[in-house]
Amino acid sequence: MPILALNGLSKRFGSHVALDDVSLTVEPGEVVAIIGRSGSGKTTLLRCINGLEAPDGGEIVFDGRRVERSRADLRALRREIGIVFQSLNLFPHLTVERNITLGPTIGLGLSLAEAKRRARDVLRQVDLEDKLAAAPLQLSGGQQQRVAIARSLAMRPRLMLFDEITSALDPELVGEVIGVLEKLAAEGMTMILVTHEMGFARAAADTIVFMHQGRIWEKGPPARLFTAPVTGELRSFIDAILPVTPGITHAAS
Amino acid sequence: MSRSFGLPEFVYIVAAIRWTLLLSLVAFVGGGLVGFAVAILRTTQSRILRLLTTGYIQLFQGTPVLMQLFVFYYGFAVLFDMQVDAWPAVALAFTLYAGAFLGEIWRGSIQAIPRTQWEASACLSLDYLQQLRFVILPQAMRISIPPTVGFLVQLIKNTSIAAIIGFVELTRAGQLMVNVTFQPMVVYPLVAALYFALCWPLSLLSRFLEKGIDANLGVKRPL
Repeated sequence: MPILALNGLSKRFGSHVALDDVSLTVEPGEVVAIIGRSGSGKTTLLRCINGLEAPDGGEIVFDGRRVERSRADLRALRREIGIVFQSLNLFPHLTVERNITLGPTIGLGLSLAEAKRRARDVLRQVDLEDKLAAAPLQLSGGQQQRVAIARSLAMRPRLMLFDEITSALDPELVGEVIGVLEKLAAEGMTMILVTHEMGFARAAADTIVFMHQGRIWEKGPPARLFTAPVTGELRSFIDAILPVTPGITHAAS
Repeated sequence: MSRSFGLPEFVYIVAAIRWTLLLSLVAFVGGGLVGFAVAILRTTQSRILRLLTTGYIQLFQGTPVLMQLFVFYYGFAVLFDMQVDAWPAVALAFTLYAGAFLGEIWRGSIQAIPRTQWEASACLSLDYLQQLRFVILPQAMRISIPPTVGFLVQLIKNTSIAAIIGFVELTRAGQLMVNVTFQPMVVYPLVAALYFALCWPLSLLSRFLEKGIDANLGVKRPL
């Protein structure tokens, strides 16, 4: 049974159609990479999944249960679905440790001792154990994103959403964050990523979703999508990014 | 015959500081409670609450403190049909005046916190009040320190307006001593110096607090 099913999701902002009849299922352990030009609805899709945006139509089914837009439902949903954003948004007034323990203690009601154990565990996962007592703004952008990932993982989510989490980083910091994502994928975490890192998408994703004009334009395993795109839109998208993305060869060219 | 300005006159003026301080304190604490409630209500979803609180703020920010004072003072007198003690009227007027300004300062501070901080905390399954308490307000507080202390300084100085309806605080005490000594150029500079002595340390405190919090965040400004 899929852990997540989106059925006919639609969302408009004024006259702009951000999502147009989007349906997608995600199986446990699956890594889905969403690619596409900016404005194609990728981020909106992600934000609808954990309720940061209210879809205008369609339904979201998580773990076999339809998600309603009640506060209680959303809170429950967010215990199961973690998200990391493009903008660096750790809580600047709290230490790294408190950033991580806040959700487990306040959101989940765990004891502080248990939450602190989790904090050490997840920081080890992102290789930043020594930053437990640091203030977020003392960290580099890459480290901040790794802590943000750790903060989400401490909730023990069953699905992780990543929204262009390397886009705001200096190029030399992208690698360390991608490294963490690869590790998570290898450990079997179910994840949906919006990404411009095509090398990573190709290597780590089970499914690539290409979005265009608010719709899922093309979908499939990376081997096929990147080498034999069916639609002209995907072909031109791949052509546009190809020269700057080493490691991806275009069979058609 | 006028008295000369001596130690008793000096002591009388200095002793009146306590009424200035007490009035400022009452207005600041009372106004702080009102202002906090107003700031929170103005950032909620409810249209009616937002409208009511906005109306309150516009009313008190758009009219002179002196008129507010008159309305409360004479309003009380008419309501209770007698000569009233100035205290309750003065205290209430300054409390509502302070509440309007503090409410607006703090609303601005809350809204200055990026939306992503709300979202990030919502995604950790925190509810609205938990988001406010653990994530938004601690950060908003830091932003609000300079304007809050700035307003407190204004408030202390503005309590001198209460002298007009005969409430004896620092300024009124000065007026009374001028009346008996006819030495305004001795008395008023002294009164001004005493106000300065009250307000200056507050400005220093504000800077000190900001620095302390910045050090906690591990940054130099800006945030």
